[in-house]
Amino acid sequence: MAVVMNKPYAITLDVGSSLANKTGSWRTARPVYLDRLPPCNNQCPAGENIQSWLNLAEEHKYEAAWRKIMEENPFPSVMGRVCYHTCEGACNRGQIDLPVGINSVERFLGDQALKHGWKINPGKPTGKKVMVLGAGPGGLSAAYHLARMGHTVTVFEASPKTGGMMRYGIPKYRMPREKLNAEINQIKEMGVDIRVNSRVDDVALTMKEGGFDACFLAVGLQNGRMINIPQQGSLPILDAVTVLRSVELEESVALSGRVVIYGGGNTAIDVARSAIRLGALSVTVIVLEDRAQMPAHPAEINEGLEEGMALINLRQIKQIEGNTLTLEIMVAGHGRDFLHTGQFETIEADVVVQALGQTGAFTPFANLPGIIIQDGAVQVGTDLMTGALGVYAGGDMIPSQRNVTAAIGLGKKAARNIDAFLRGEKLQPKVKAEIADISRMNTRYYSDAPRTMRPVLDAVRRSTGFAEVVGNLDEENAVFEARRCMSCGNCFECDNCYGVCPDNSVIKLGPGNRFKFNYDYCKGCGICAAECPCGAIKMEIEQI
Amino acid sequence: MPNQPIKFYQTGTFTIGNRLLDENNRSVQATAARYNSLNSGHRACQGCGEALGARYAIDAAMAAADRQLIAANATGCLEVFSTPYPETSWQIPWIHSLFGNAPAVATGIAAGLRSKGRGNVRVVAQGGDGSTTDIGFGCLSGMFERNDDVLYICYDNEGYMNTGVQRSSATPPAVRTATTMPLGAEPGNVFGQGKYLPAIAMAHRIPYVATATVADLHDLEYKVKKAINIRGAKYIHIFVPCPLGWGSASNDTINLAYMVKECGLFPVFEAEHGKVTGVSKIRKPIPVEEYMKPQRRYAHLFGKNPATETIAKIQALANENIQTYGLLEQGAK
Ligand SMILES: Cc1cc2nc3c(=O)[nH]c(=O)nc-3n(C[C@H](O)[C@H](O)[C@H](O)COP(=O)(O)OP(=O)(O)OC[C@H]3O[C@@H](n4cnc5c(N)ncnc54)[C@H](O)[C@@H]3O)c2cc1C
Ligand SMILES: Cc1ncc(C[n+]2csc(CCOP(=O)(O)OP(=O)(O)O)c2C)c(N)n1
Ligand code: SF4
Ligand code: SF4
Ligand SMILES: [Mg+2]
Repeated sequence: MAVVMNKPYAITLDVGSSLANKTGSWRTARPVYLDRLPPCNNQCPAGENIQSWLNLAEEHKYEAAWRKIMEENPFPSVMGRVCYHTCEGACNRGQIDLPVGINSVERFLGDQALKHGWKINPGKPTGKKVMVLGAGPGGLSAAYHLARMGHTVTVFEASPKTGGMMRYGIPKYRMPREKLNAEINQIKEMGVDIRVNSRVDDVALTMKEGGFDACFLAVGLQNGRMINIPQQGSLPILDAVTVLRSVELEESVALSGRVVIYGGGNTAIDVARSAIRLGALSVTVIVLEDRAQMPAHPAEINEGLEEGMALINLRQIKQIEGNTLTLEIMVAGHGRDFLHTGQFETIEADVVVQALGQTGAFTPFANLPGIIIQDGAVQVGTDLMTGALGVYAGGDMIPSQRNVTAAIGLGKKAARNIDAFLRGEKLQPKVKAEIADISRMNTRYYSDAPRTMRPVLDAVRRSTGFAEVVGNLDEENAVFEARRCMSCGNCFECDNCYGVCPDNSVIKLGPGNRFKFNYDYCKGCGICAAECPCGAIKMEIEQI
Repeated sequence: MPNQPIKFYQTGTFTIGNRLLDENNRSVQATAARYNSLNSGHRACQGCGEALGARYAIDAAMAAADRQLIAANATGCLEVFSTPYPETSWQIPWIHSLFGNAPAVATGIAAGLRSKGRGNVRVVAQGGDGSTTDIGFGCLSGMFERNDDVLYICYDNEGYMNTGVQRSSATPPAVRTATTMPLGAEPGNVFGQGKYLPAIAMAHRIPYVATATVADLHDLEYKVKKAINIRGAKYIHIFVPCPLGWGSASNDTINLAYMVKECGLFPVFEAEHGKVTGVSKIRKPIPVEEYMKPQRRYAHLFGKNPATETIAKIQALANENIQTYGLLEQGAK
């Protein structure tokens, strides 16, 4: 007897789902998620995780964003004012419309923190004592990070106030003191002992007396470099560092009448713009290089010009007779070579300020065994230790980029190495992820969105006082700006991979948890990788 | 504009989802709870645009019909790769009958539902360009003419793919197919002829006609949802690249669908009662070569001695579309 089948005519098999057919076996390449290193992060001298804090700011999570910055850099509000933001030069969005205004968002976040009084807690006490020499950005950054790691930190500062060149160099109209003070206060409140008016003359002695286990030197370059110009008469010739320091200390400064500044860096422009604010009759900056080669930041030059500063490029001061300066006309040669023409012109001045760089005073530690001073800088290893055991150095005094952000980055790096040293270990250098190059991204998914410019104080109003020149983004604009970020190389949960897979082989894990692949069905077509806007998926050849 | 750009979001307008959008601005495909009407395990080629387009469209239809949906399917890749006996990838009531009769089957289903008082159940018929523009064309025209309450979706991969890449009346001019002998000097359709079904559907003055591509999901979902909520005959023509038949890379499917719209060869628009009511503008115009070059079915036009005249004729077709449908933003060149 045949078995009676309970099935319709001509049907012999039960209906089943195609889930029984594991198409993953077709695959010759598999997609994998990865985080690439965004070019902005790679560029930041302080090693900030920019993409990551912009991502939080986009969602109005300002405190979380600020805390993300604070993991690397204790000075977001200062950064948002004085950092040269080379991150923006590296920003991939610049190849589409304009770079993301990273710096203005950072300033917004830093100011939010000050407004709301957000705090960072020090780490669990380790009982180790570290001495820091100099309360500039380098020293303060190291002190901050060491405190977060639980070490007891004492900072010795020669000047009456903290901040180093952030205060005694950078003028008020670029760096309002209340913001600087507030961010330094955050560090003090973590228990860092900062002693002003405390010049250290013998590091070895101070270390021994204080029972310090390690030391970080960040004394910067405090003396203005002066060159000898043949002179007849008594025209005052000053150096820029001294001039700016007097401006800060509100000592009487001889920046009146016809002021001539010699030098093409930011310091020269700062002196020029300060002189304008102090009511100088005329302000002229004389620069050896041409406009493109002079080291000052173009934005600074432009703001100076708008305020009435005159700029004369390709000139060398030959001699000074009474009030008359003789300038030789130069022409640009190869690279940094400038050729003499033998042609001269003159210009009148009541005071000359040389802004031709700085030199350091290293005597307090020059006698430590193993310290090497070369080309006016203290030499260090990759771990920032000098030749002397347990004595580290960073900031302007070592060969470096010599700006606030770099000093902060070096302070952090020193702190991490000192921390390892105090535990008797050596810090292993981190392996960098591959760069999120724009060629790995699919940028057509990004909407066109122009950049929001920070308001700039009207030129006339600003040249008559030391009020802050560059204004703030309001919240709406700051969020808009943050949202222009393309999240290069890091998943931002746009759901593209999840949507575009013809085989439903991407599993959505929910907000904040990103996605994962279902390799049972993924055929390896690679659409997800091709359509990921930010390049966070990579195809790997399947090992068969 | 059918698809409103969302300003001030890094990718709000163009990506499938985006965590910054609020829920009602997100697509059906972005939701974790989407229906996956066409489930995993189907046998479509790697990177198949038709499989993707079908899930996009039917998931959107399911969402719009509150899951009260029945689909009739014509013979073709979509049918074959989804239902090798006894398995099925469909998670909806679905029927396959013949190559040429899907519109008639759907008409019957709709009539049956109406007579049973179940007009809330919506009916979709779907098929490839071959079944739609050739063998099923009579049934489809009848369905239009009677204004039957069916949404017909054509997945246009520009050829008879399931039987090994032959020419259909939707195959573009100059395109290489695997086995069809050229009609005249060039393979593909004769220049200036061919059946452009969206226009033919519009000529029936049915309530709704639209075109879409798998490269713009938001637009596609908007159109399917709109169509599901209209009573009467609706037609949506979706451009779905076929890596196998076109000789394109499997990961290039969406990119090709994007470029075909940007170059003007495939106008994306919607029309009501025979009149165009909205077009998707070209964002950044590109020449047709950029779209053609990655596809081996056009390879004979390039190489050492490019067929510049033929390419120019294809560009002229794109230009004509740009003119006819007004595909460029006002002020763009
Ligand atoms: C005018 C000017 C404008 C600048 N503008 C910018 C800018 O806009 N953006 C930017 O990024 N960078 C700018 N820079 C550069 C930047 O200020 C420096 O690179 C940075 O401050 C270096 O930090 P630092 O911690 O190494 O040293 P410093 O900031 O110089 O701090 C060193 C500190 O150590 C103290 N010190 C030195 N010797 C001793 C001792 N023996 N005992 C105790 N304390 C001691 C000093 O008093 C000082 O406070 C500018 C520099 C100048 C001069
Ligand atoms: C009456 C009839 N003629 C021919 C066939 C063979 N056939 C099956 S699928 C197909 C081509 C389908 O092409 P299209 O409709 O464009 O769908 P695609 O496979 O390209 O998605 C053909 C010719 C058939 N099944 N029935
Ligand atoms: S777009 Fe965003 S992640 Fe990319 S480089 Fe610019 S700021 Fe960084
Ligand atoms: S032949 Fe083309 S349409 Fe058919 S399954 Fe393959 S890619 Fe899809
Ligand atoms: Mg077809």
